[in-house]
Amino acid sequence: MGVRRWIGSWPVYRQLTGPDRLGRGAAVRSRHTDGLRPRTGTADAVVKSVCPFCAVGCGQNVYVRDRQVVQIEGDPDSPVSRGRLCPKGSASLQLTTGDGRLHQVLYRRPHGTDWERLDLDTALEMVADRVLRTRAETWQWESDGKRTRRTLGIASLGGATLDNEENYLIKKLFTALGVVQIENQARVCHSSTVAGLGTSFGRGGGTTYLQDLQHADCIVIEGSNFAEAHPVGFQWVMEAKARGAKVVHVDPRFSRTSALADVYLPIRAGSDIAFLGGIIRYVIEHERYFREYVVNYTNAATLVSEEFADTEDLDGVFSGLNPQTRHYDPSSWTYEGVRVGAAAGERGTPSGDVAKDNPDVARSAHPESHGFGGPALHGQPPTDETLRHPRSVFQILKRHFSRYTPEMVEQVCGVPQDAFLEVCELIAANSGRERTTAFCYAVGWTQHTVGTQYIRTAAILQLLLGNIGRPGGGILALRGHASIQGSSDIPTLFDLLPGYIPMPHTDVHSDLDSFIAADAASKGYWSNMRAYTVSLLKAWWGANATAGNDYAFDYLPRISGSHSTYDTVLAQRAGDCKGYFLVGENPAVGSANAKLQRLGMASLEWLVVRDFNLIESATWWKDGPEIETGELRTEDIATEVFFFPAAAHTEKSGSFTNTNRMLQWHHAAVEPSGEARSDLWFYYHLGRLLREKLAGSTDERDRPLLELTWDYPTQGAQAEPSAEAVLAEINGWDAGGTPLSSYEDLREDGSTACGCWIYCGVYRDGVNQAARRRPWREQNWTGAEWGWAWPANRRTIYSRASADPDGRPWSERKALVWWDEEAGRWDGHDVVDFPATRSPHYRPPEGATGVAAISGIDPFIMQSDGKGWLYAPAGLVDGPLPAHYEPQESPLPNLLYPKRRANPVRELHTTHPDNLYAPPGGGGYPYVITTYRLTEHFTAGGMSRWVPYLAELQPEFFCEVSPELAAERGLTHLGWATIVTARNAIEARVLVTERMTPLTMQGRTVHQIGMPYHWGRNGYSTGDSANELSAFALDANTHIQEVKAWTADILPGRRPRGPALPEFVRRHRRRAGVQEHPGQER
Amino acid sequence: MVPRPTFRSYYGEPVINPPRWEPLNIAGYLFLGGLAGASSVIAGGAELTGRPVLAKVGKVAALAAIGGSAAALVKDLGRPARFANMLRTVKPTSPMSVGSWILATYGPLAGAAAASAVTGWFPRLGRAATAGAALTGPAVAAYTGVLLADTAVPAWHEAHRQLPFTFIGSAAAAAGGLGMLLAPVAEAGPARRAALFGAVVETVSSGAAERGMGIVAETYRQGRAGTLLRAAKALTVAGALGGALFGGRSRTAAALSGAALVAGSVCTRFGIFEAGLASARDPKYTVVPQRERLARRSGGG
Amino acid sequence: MAPQLIAGARLPVGAPFIGSQDAAGDTGYTDHPPRMGFFTDTSICIGCKACEVACKEWNAVPEDGQRLTGMSFDNSVGLSADTWRHVAFIEQSVSTGSGTGIGTDAGVRWLMASDVCKHCTNAACLDVCPTGALLRTEFGTVVVQPDVCNGCGYCVPACPYGVIDQREGDGRAWKCTMCYDRLGNGQEPACAKACPTESIQFGPLDELRERAARRVTQLHGAGVGEARLYGADPDDGVGGDGAFFLLLDEPETYGLPPDPVVTTRDLPAMWRTAGLAALTLLAGVAAGFLGRRPFQPGRSR
Ligand SMILES: Nc1nc2c(c(=O)[nH]1)N[C@H]1C(S)=C(S)[C@@H](COP(=O)(O)OP(=O)(O)OC[C@H]3O[C@@H](n4cnc5c(=O)[nH]c(N)nc54)[C@H](O)[C@@H]3O)O[C@H]1N2
Ligand SMILES: Nc1nc2c(c(=O)[nH]1)N[C@H]1C(S)=C(S)[C@@H](COP(=O)(O)OP(=O)(O)OC[C@H]3O[C@@H](n4cnc5c(=O)[nH]c(N)nc54)[C@H](O)[C@@H]3O)O[C@H]1N2
Ligand code: SF4
Ligand code: SF4
Ligand code: SF4
Ligand code: SF4
Ligand code: SF4
Ligand SMILES: [Mo]
Repeated sequence: MGVRRWIGSWPVYRQLTGPDRLGRGAAVRSRHTDGLRPRTGTADAVVKSVCPFCAVGCGQNVYVRDRQVVQIEGDPDSPVSRGRLCPKGSASLQLTTGDGRLHQVLYRRPHGTDWERLDLDTALEMVADRVLRTRAETWQWESDGKRTRRTLGIASLGGATLDNEENYLIKKLFTALGVVQIENQARVCHSSTVAGLGTSFGRGGGTTYLQDLQHADCIVIEGSNFAEAHPVGFQWVMEAKARGAKVVHVDPRFSRTSALADVYLPIRAGSDIAFLGGIIRYVIEHERYFREYVVNYTNAATLVSEEFADTEDLDGVFSGLNPQTRHYDPSSWTYEGVRVGAAAGERGTPSGDVAKDNPDVARSAHPESHGFGGPALHGQPPTDETLRHPRSVFQILKRHFSRYTPEMVEQVCGVPQDAFLEVCELIAANSGRERTTAFCYAVGWTQHTVGTQYIRTAAILQLLLGNIGRPGGGILALRGHASIQGSSDIPTLFDLLPGYIPMPHTDVHSDLDSFIAADAASKGYWSNMRAYTVSLLKAWWGANATAGNDYAFDYLPRISGSHSTYDTVLAQRAGDCKGYFLVGENPAVGSANAKLQRLGMASLEWLVVRDFNLIESATWWKDGPEIETGELRTEDIATEVFFFPAAAHTEKSGSFTNTNRMLQWHHAAVEPSGEARSDLWFYYHLGRLLREKLAGSTDERDRPLLELTWDYPTQGAQAEPSAEAVLAEINGWDAGGTPLSSYEDLREDGSTACGCWIYCGVYRDGVNQAARRRPWREQNWTGAEWGWAWPANRRTIYSRASADPDGRPWSERKALVWWDEEAGRWDGHDVVDFPATRSPHYRPPEGATGVAAISGIDPFIMQSDGKGWLYAPAGLVDGPLPAHYEPQESPLPNLLYPKRRANPVRELHTTHPDNLYAPPGGGGYPYVITTYRLTEHFTAGGMSRWVPYLAELQPEFFCEVSPELAAERGLTHLGWATIVTARNAIEARVLVTERMTPLTMQGRTVHQIGMPYHWGRNGYSTGDSANELSAFALDANTHIQEVKAWTADILPGRRPRGPALPEFVRRHRRRAGVQEHPGQER
Repeated sequence: MVPRPTFRSYYGEPVINPPRWEPLNIAGYLFLGGLAGASSVIAGGAELTGRPVLAKVGKVAALAAIGGSAAALVKDLGRPARFANMLRTVKPTSPMSVGSWILATYGPLAGAAAASAVTGWFPRLGRAATAGAALTGPAVAAYTGVLLADTAVPAWHEAHRQLPFTFIGSAAAAAGGLGMLLAPVAEAGPARRAALFGAVVETVSSGAAERGMGIVAETYRQGRAGTLLRAAKALTVAGALGGALFGGRSRTAAALSGAALVAGSVCTRFGIFEAGLASARDPKYTVVPQRERLARRSGGG
Repeated sequence: MAPQLIAGARLPVGAPFIGSQDAAGDTGYTDHPPRMGFFTDTSICIGCKACEVACKEWNAVPEDGQRLTGMSFDNSVGLSADTWRHVAFIEQSVSTGSGTGIGTDAGVRWLMASDVCKHCTNAACLDVCPTGALLRTEFGTVVVQPDVCNGCGYCVPACPYGVIDQREGDGRAWKCTMCYDRLGNGQEPACAKACPTESIQFGPLDELRERAARRVTQLHGAGVGEARLYGADPDDGVGGDGAFFLLLDEPETYGLPPDPVVTTRDLPAMWRTAGLAALTLLAGVAAGFLGRRPFQPGRSR
């Protein structure tokens, strides 16, 4: 550098010669400063992606430079997120490129004390061998003389973090192998949503979508910590608020959501049916329901069978209860003169009443199959449009909820009457023609032994108020993981085939005809079930599925009873299930009774874990809590463990389905490094290997696998299968291979193939519709050209109900779709959820079936009567109406039905010594526990506890207690507490906070303890897991666990260590008298 | 319980960030800088008035002190290798920039003066350097007052009208004390008077500062700062009086008084430094005076 | 005309070191874009901390340690070299049925507010920086040039808001740059972009000030009487903040100073004081030499 230049660049010189005399700006700039360029500006490529954490599905832009991801930020074009990301989404760069990921395959040999290295190919070979061995050893052609064609020796868990395409391959491959124990997070997360919404409306997805909340006049958030668990979605609540909407939050704890609400009500965990039931009573008693809507669009006027007896008549149970089997025969619940489809009603098939009173069928989680297509009814029930007939649904409803008085609400929920009535009035005043109220909930409602009925109660209320299918109304089920909606739609679930077609059951489904007959409706779109099923079988077995072989229906393995993830754990303990795939799920932290989860795994022969790093479910044999307590010894554990590093969302292409039921494509930005591979890669190549190994086999058992369509093109050096090819198969094609454009194109003659009928249209015209990204500013608020939503790209479902019976919007303010008489079709802001050219004045001719039977005023086109169900005459196993029952563990009796404490058909596993329950009334476990999420962490922690930027924000496991409880128990702020239940004990730091309120009811104070459940022993931020304390106590409809309300005791100080811990738990049990109370009483 | 923040603070967290300076480095720097600056003035006077030993003592002390202070400063830098960036710019808004330029001027002068005095080389140049150092020395001693005062640290900023005086007082006391300690009694008269002068200025100005700063004055009276400042006062007063009364007669008394003065100055600097830290750490000292100011403003229309 | 220095925090208009609202123009940018800033509306903050994380990801700021503080949900404690956005959480008891529209009937109010560097119109950190590492940009924002900073640490106590700090191990000072690199590329800062509820709004300062005034009026209309702006007043002690806030309680509740002042305001006075002090030192010491001869021990008046 020349002297001149050197002097010239000396700030002093520039100060003296330039305008910046004081040397505070232009004069003192360095060359580095002048050369600053943001890495977003110098990137080689910007790849469109979707946040991999939660179901809001925020758009992401992934910046790539020199084949490295250098930055990830929000995509401003996304209509859902508008460019914003919460802390987790913002930490995606560290998640995907940070040190928190492993890139090597690891292996733990039986009885081994440490990991060993294994190369990817060898490991895959070994896994394939084990699959074949175990399958052969445990193969079951039949059980109790009925065809099963399956293995119960292998199970798979996980899917909600994976792409739809990956879920599809898992379900397809494993089903062909005869594996039925396929499960994912949807079971533990929102399975009760699917059953609850499905039986009410005909589909199990949220009825509305996040952006539409901006049109609400009132938003009730209950059973959800919206602001923390769906932070970017919450912008739409704030948008509504800015436009004058009132926001109500009802929650056991004052959370970040409460802080932004206009009204917050603390409530006792587990009491929402009483609360919502109270509102239903208010709405009926004060005639605040939307009469015209109720009469025309719901089943209020329908008459119910004379055989039906309500909880009012039977001391808290419905007719049909068999106290021995703890199971309802629901036949008396039906409409007058209507026959219920066999499967839907769990009743006899055309070939006989085999399933009557058969707990096995009831346990098959069939209610979840109403996720798309309500229960089948056959016949035309009488109606009374005056709603005065004593057996009309309306009158039954009125009687049923008459005991849910404000006094009752106060005594059951702990909500003062005046506050309760204020909320009733707020909701009623903001519903009707001109105004709409939206309900938002999530797992604060689903995870109860009455979870499905929680959702039903909200559905009833919203139907009465006329809020379903209308802008700013609806019920928004806030789903969990990035693609948990997708993993329910393309289900890695034991009871479902893609598109909510039920898995065949040994008892009722012997062939395709009986399968369809048992489940298909005679009216509405679900009457086309055969076309959907045949198309699926064609997608899987192609030319090998022919009319002659029943379209290979017999290749499907059959279920018998429940094979839910919790049953699988018990099967592992029993030695029946020997091999386990954990693919993006961490049950040792996230599932109820974490100890049982680990004990289950310790009984396995082999375990495959696919994840980003060594989660607790991969290392329990080495450093799990039972090793510490001496209950297990590493050397004694025979389980072989394979760890495969997974590729991140930036390293693979595929689609996620978010909580709007919207599929969004994320494009691979880079290739995964090391031995990390996508799950698509893993399952495709595993399938390929298995088929190679079995090539030439003539064993009938192997035919489904060998004849499976399994020829996806691969690309690149890693031979990554094409996700788009998988999507094309999911969408389906006609006989000529042309992509289908709608499920209305599906045929039952085998001329169409479609991997998931409800996704049909996502590859319309051969275009990946999920990858569409028209900026939100360039379209209306529905964002119809961004991604693709099921069904048929409709964003609000049941939108026919937004117009009056004549097809005119109920009000201009709330216009969504309307009948255009001239054009002879429906028009509107959204794609109408109705046959597009069906006039509102159309009435089906006598005897019409199928789609032709949908009348012009039947907005619920998947329901077999076209109506929203205030009363569910079929479909659920625990009652046609919700009734308040106490949680399995509760400190209080059931004030509403004193003779019936808890849901009579809840599912318990009482015999297991590690799954005991507190005695009724709590006994020695007097406090109510609830568990929840923090904005900063994600679920079982696999994606946040390893990420320093997230971990530092909430660095330690804690529990929240009120000052009153702290005083009662001698707990100090930031001190330690030991929390003990009938099952286990853990320790947590204490936050004493006025955000926790002691509640007064039934003449006593009820204290609640709050605990986030994100922690475990591995990772960067560690702590005890809340789920060490929870139990297998399940909702009977869908086997979801009750982790939102149980009871515990809390003591100051840290928990005992080593063998002293189980001893401590046992001592507590003895004192509480746990052994004398098996938990089953009432 | 999650502590309920009081009206004045966020969980008792400081409003401002306390300086991250090492007390040894920065209080040491203040002390040494003051000692150097005032010693140069004494040396200049001694040179003019024919007190060769006092002059030499002053010059060498000045060089040693300024060398030490520069070393302390560099040591305290987070990136010592970049110390030269101090001369990257001239910023009148930055006492540290101004100070750097003062040091850059003064340092070589003090060095030349001392070198010439020790070696006897270039006497004429040495004399010129001595005069230059004597004239710039006071700036070295005084600017550090601004250095501290031009911060948001309440105990320092609230004293901004007095701090330079306190600092030159302390500097004079230290330099005088060192003169008494090292120069023969016969030559040390001006040193004794300088010390006395310094002690008076320091006492008066620091007293005035404390009276004017309301609640913040607590930080000068409490804790470690309080202890140091009480010691400082005792040592300085004792040293100055001792020097004035007995320093002219007894070498031992002179030496003891001189040492007390030097120690007193050290304590003053560390005490003021600590008071600053204490005032920065407790949000009350930031919030309460500001609240009072706001109240006065709204009260006064 | 004489600047009011004591009673109010107002800036002396026309004082030599005090700039106008045209911060970039004052610092040598002749043709510059409009001054950009932040308006953080804490009434719609959901405390998600996306801003904290987005900032760290963009700027590769190191993790700031794992410590459960018990300060409600705040485990970052405050702004520091490793936390450039900080979300404060304040749990308050309020009378039930406050009907404020922001609070609830629960008897609890939970304030959340995201704090950041204020990018002061008159930035003390920038004024005192001796190396020119701190710099005013053409957008009127204040940034540290990491290639220049020598870690002198002076900016740390200078900042009246406790924003800038030195990073342990690294030694240099760090703070929010208002994403200077992104601004230069026409992009908004990472924190504002991430913020789910638009609690953080970025834009030309003029527009933001208007928008903020409207928002306060709206909130007052809705019964939220406690809503107030902080740092929006161009006449306040720092000449207004480039990043200002809508608060629902007193500033000190959030850990903010109620009446911050850029000490540069007092700097001319301080320089005068220091000059006077230096002269005093020179004169005081010189006086000690007057009328006295060396080598005449024992002779005193
Ligand atoms: N930051 C973050 N976001 C997430 C996740 C995460 O882990 N972290 N997980 C994702 C997943 S998988 C899911 S499923 C969703 C879940 O989203 P949310 O359901 O919102 O999450 P939770 O915090 O588990 O529970 C919601 C609230 O229910 C309350 N609650 C508990 N019991 C009851 C009750 O009986 N009645 C009522 N009314 N309320 C009750 C709890 O206090 C809690 O505030 O979030 C998704 N988003
Ligand atoms: N007490 C209590 N328990 C609960 C709940 C509660 O509220 N309270 N909530 C329940 C709910 S709703 C849910 S959803 C569950 C969640 O529980 P889990 O699903 O067990 O928890 P996650 O930590 O999300 O586990 C997902 C794992 O997938 C990994 N992963 C992410 N992306 C990929 C990928 O692309 N491929 C592969 N192979 N792996 C990937 C992540 O690293 C992570 O370890 O927890 C349930 N448990
Ligand atoms: S975690 Fe959910 S809300 Fe947060 S950025 Fe990702 S998708 Fe959006
Ligand atoms: S807030 Fe502090 S660090 Fe930021 S510009 Fe102002 S003085 Fe500087
Ligand atoms: S620490 Fe760096 S930025 Fe701060 S004043 Fe010193 S040189 Fe300037
Ligand atoms: S503007 Fe940029 S540097 Fe400043 S806090 Fe926001 S993200 Fe961080
Ligand atoms: S990102 Fe926005 S809403 Fe979230 S904490 Fe920061 S300022 Fe508040
Ligand atoms: Mo979930």
